[in-house]
Amino acid sequence: MFLIACPYCGPRSQAEFAYERPVEAAAHPTDTSEATILALYTRTNARDFEDELWRHAYGCRAWLKIRRHRVTHEIAEIRLIEATA
Amino acid sequence: MSGPSRAAQGGLVDRARTIKFSFDGQVYEGHPGDTLASALLANGVSLMGRSFKYHRPRGVLAAGVEEPNALVGAGTGGRYEPNTRASDLFLYDGLVAVSQNRWPSLAFDVGALNSLIARFIPAGFYYKTFIGPPWLWKLYEHVIRRAAGLGAAPTEPEVDAFEHRAAFCDVLVAGAGPAGLAAALAAARGGARVILAEQDARLGGSLLGDEALIDGLPALDWIARTEAQLAQLGARVLKRTTAMGYYDHNQLTLIERRVEAGQAPGASGLAQRLWRVRAGRVILAQGAIERPILFSNNDQPGVILAGAAKVYARRYGVLPGRRVVVATNNDEAYAAALALADAGCEIVAILDSRSAAGSAIVAAARARFAVHLDADLISAKGAKQVTGAEAVVAGKPLSLEADLIAASGGFTPVVHLHMQAGGTLDWNETTGAFTPAIARQGQVSVGACAGREGLSEVLADGWLAGELAAAAAPSTASQSPSPKGGGIRTEGATAIAPPSGEGDQAQPDGGGQPRAQAKYDGPTNTLAHWTPAPGVNLKTAFVDPQNDVTAADLDLAWREGYRSVEHLKRYTTLGMATDQGKTSNLIGLARLAQAEGRPVPEVGLTTFRPPYTPTTLAALAGEATGQHMAPLRRTPLYTIHAAHNPPWQPVGYWQRPRAYPRAGETLAQAGLREARSVRTAVGMIDVSTLGKFEIAGPDAAALIERVCATPVAKLAVGRGRYTVMLREDGMVVDDGTVWRLGEQRYLLTSSTGGGDRMVGHLSYVRKILEPGYKVAVASVQERWGAVAVAGPLARAALAGLDLEPPAHMGLVRGQIGGLAVLVLAASYSGERAFEIYAPSHDLPRIWAVLQDAVTAHGGGLYGLEALELLRIEKGHIETGAEIDGRHTPGDLGLTKALRAKGGFVGAPALARPALSLPDRQRLVGLEAEDGGAIPEGAMLLSARGRKPEGHVTSAGRRVTAKGDIALGLLSAGPERVGETLLASSPTRGRTVRVSVVAPIFYDPEGARYRD
Repeated sequence: MFLIACPYCGPRSQAEFAYERPVEAAAHPTDTSEATILALYTRTNARDFEDELWRHAYGCRAWLKIRRHRVTHEIAEIRLIEATA
Repeated sequence: MSGPSRAAQGGLVDRARTIKFSFDGQVYEGHPGDTLASALLANGVSLMGRSFKYHRPRGVLAAGVEEPNALVGAGTGGRYEPNTRASDLFLYDGLVAVSQNRWPSLAFDVGALNSLIARFIPAGFYYKTFIGPPWLWKLYEHVIRRAAGLGAAPTEPEVDAFEHRAAFCDVLVAGAGPAGLAAALAAARGGARVILAEQDARLGGSLLGDEALIDGLPALDWIARTEAQLAQLGARVLKRTTAMGYYDHNQLTLIERRVEAGQAPGASGLAQRLWRVRAGRVILAQGAIERPILFSNNDQPGVILAGAAKVYARRYGVLPGRRVVVATNNDEAYAAALALADAGCEIVAILDSRSAAGSAIVAAARARFAVHLDADLISAKGAKQVTGAEAVVAGKPLSLEADLIAASGGFTPVVHLHMQAGGTLDWNETTGAFTPAIARQGQVSVGACAGREGLSEVLADGWLAGELAAAAAPSTASQSPSPKGGGIRTEGATAIAPPSGEGDQAQPDGGGQPRAQAKYDGPTNTLAHWTPAPGVNLKTAFVDPQNDVTAADLDLAWREGYRSVEHLKRYTTLGMATDQGKTSNLIGLARLAQAEGRPVPEVGLTTFRPPYTPTTLAALAGEATGQHMAPLRRTPLYTIHAAHNPPWQPVGYWQRPRAYPRAGETLAQAGLREARSVRTAVGMIDVSTLGKFEIAGPDAAALIERVCATPVAKLAVGRGRYTVMLREDGMVVDDGTVWRLGEQRYLLTSSTGGGDRMVGHLSYVRKILEPGYKVAVASVQERWGAVAVAGPLARAALAGLDLEPPAHMGLVRGQIGGLAVLVLAASYSGERAFEIYAPSHDLPRIWAVLQDAVTAHGGGLYGLEALELLRIEKGHIETGAEIDGRHTPGDLGLTKALRAKGGFVGAPALARPALSLPDRQRLVGLEAEDGGAIPEGAMLLSARGRKPEGHVTSAGRRVTAKGDIALGLLSAGPERVGETLLASSPTRGRTVRVSVVAPIFYDPEGARYRD
């Protein structure tokens, strides 16, 4: 179980968080390009770091962008995503 | 006299006290400090179990958790625990233990006939029965299921408490042998918060069977002093606590046994505690496990690991035999020979497979015993007990009389946790040991589990790791807050500052690195020797005694083409028993490597998985049993429902009444009566569990248009619409209604089960897809309770309450019983219906007023059973049944409801050609042709033996008319109206002929709820 340092709440157990999706898979519904639709089914899932969206679902509910290594689970970066409005 | 017995003196057991226990009904006596195995040996019992497949007699092989043979069931009733290792079960007064895999008795076992037919059940026997024709399996299954298996599962519920606990530390040390103790002491002196976990009931590990001096103290005194120092430094020392699993980001699980298997706990009632520890650094000091040797009948009672024999003699004061043959490929077994001789055994001979051995300990042994170099053990003689040994010395046969064969095939470092943590290994061809190489997490292995040998080296290794770990710990830095959100902080860990700077100098008070003065302090000089000598019968040379895997089985598997270690493991079941191959895996690997002609590391290792030793499921469950397994969500009307004592239906964490049966009514009868009451008069139901969201702000409509696939923007204030929500891939995930409460204010409802998912989805759209929107979203699922009133008399019932009921899909605000309510006109049942929303705390009073009105109009309450009958008849889809995450709006007959210009989540994907293929499974109605209920979940087939073309999603019956009906998803469904199909459910053993019809069985025009 990971230890995720929430910018608001500090280091918390992974059990409090919901993994949402890779950042690359967050497509806007008005984007109807073929590439975007294909990306629904073709994810790279590289043996490398990847940017992911997580949500502190059982905490402050913040959305986080987490750069995590897919093999070692090392977390290189955690950034808060804030709505601009 | 021969066989095992208690030595005249010695051992760490409390000889002044005697405790009684029973084994297979016979009462014996032992001493506090004994294990079941040592106590049985002390009583002359060497036969402790029967083997898994061949039911061969077995005795104890090891002295610790790696024991493969001596498995017993311990305790009775709810405390019964099967497959407990006799060598890892400390004796307590009243222990009831029974042997396993024998019938009718341990001494005479009918199943042992299996060994006569052993050549018919070789490796992969079970596997081959699966490959054979299916009818053959039906013959085998019965026999196999009875003969196979280890122990018997408990039949009664667990009676004791198990708890989970979280902890944090700077340094976690797993294992309290010399390396672990030194590491823990160094780390604690360095100011780190330390947890030391030791699976044994005593600290010390290998020191418990040693004569060494450390810092001038006898080993036992040094252990005691170290334990006291650790306590003084604030370290948390957990005995009888095994590090079971190593997970991501340096989290480990420990299982702390507060009592032994089958033992009643004290007043706390606590049997075991599962610790989840988040550690800054982890020091693994779990030691090494001795390997057996391959020779004929090497599984016989009286064959024991040399190190184990030493432990029984030194620690337990037990002679595991009288006349001992020692077989070895290393120096360590010589220490066992000396210890056994000192305890009173006769060492018949030491058979050393090495051709040269000249260390001090070998010389000491040569002065006292017959030592044969270049000597191989061929077989153990005897039936249920060793009576002798056959060996070959420098090519010449040698026959020896003995009642104990103490064997040592070298040492396997315990790398389990290192590997669970993602580490890599190095291979030492000479000693035949995998040792930790690269650690992927914040951990290091020290002592014997790192391949270190000799007490001085082990102590130094542990001490250094402890010092380094402490230096890296945040607690020892000047500004060192514990992680926010805390956990258990070991008080005083930093308060007692270590005396600084002394470093390496040995001190009388033990302030520096511990120094050993051991008589034979050096490497084991192990020379790995894998090939059994010529003359060994490979069919009785057991590699994995727990799963009855012989060397011949491995050879057979290799000949049959199982070359990958993963295949070999599954085919032969090598290492797949409860001991996970602790003593056997490496021997098996080496045999495979030999057959392949490749070095061992190229053959590869199977995966090390938690738990390190068998764990009772109750410990994993912890407090989460019964009512504590999941939270219970109660609607505001829960106590009102409970007064009816209804049958409950769990929906997510909610509990909802299935029906309100009258005296003598079955559930089905009650459901039908309630549904008919809705069709003919009026009924009411608690719908508080619906997901509810208020969405407000200038961009509220825009946000809803992103979430909902139906048109929303033109919705007038005071009006509502049915809607569906899609996933990105175009599949429907939920449905509900959207209501415009004000110019910039909406109420969105979703299904009960989907409410939590919708929280995340709305948040995703709001925060990720449309961060610029000026809109606020609030889940009001529990803020608002709701009651649905449905039926032809619903309007009349509400009108009597001074409410002007709204038109279909309209809403009004009003009062019921003086309490503010919001009334929405929406129908799920197909009748005219109203949903009355109110603050949850007001709902019980509103319910009471409504119930009076409904009763006055000849109606009553209805539950989920009636709701199902009503909505199925009406063809309304439900999340979890028809909406199963695999179907598009088109599949569910909702194409016309979609917003043509798109812009909602899932819209782009709907353009994919595959999502509009005509043969997709689509919603249909089904009618039973010959009467009889249609089985829910049944496959839809065009004829017997054909491929399923769909399935029944929900089934019921017509409410007022006769006939059994269902909804289903069928390939090209709507085009097949009129066809006859079979609805076949093998699990329910029912097949029903059904005809395909349109999915609306009742009032297809919707005349009954419109104005």
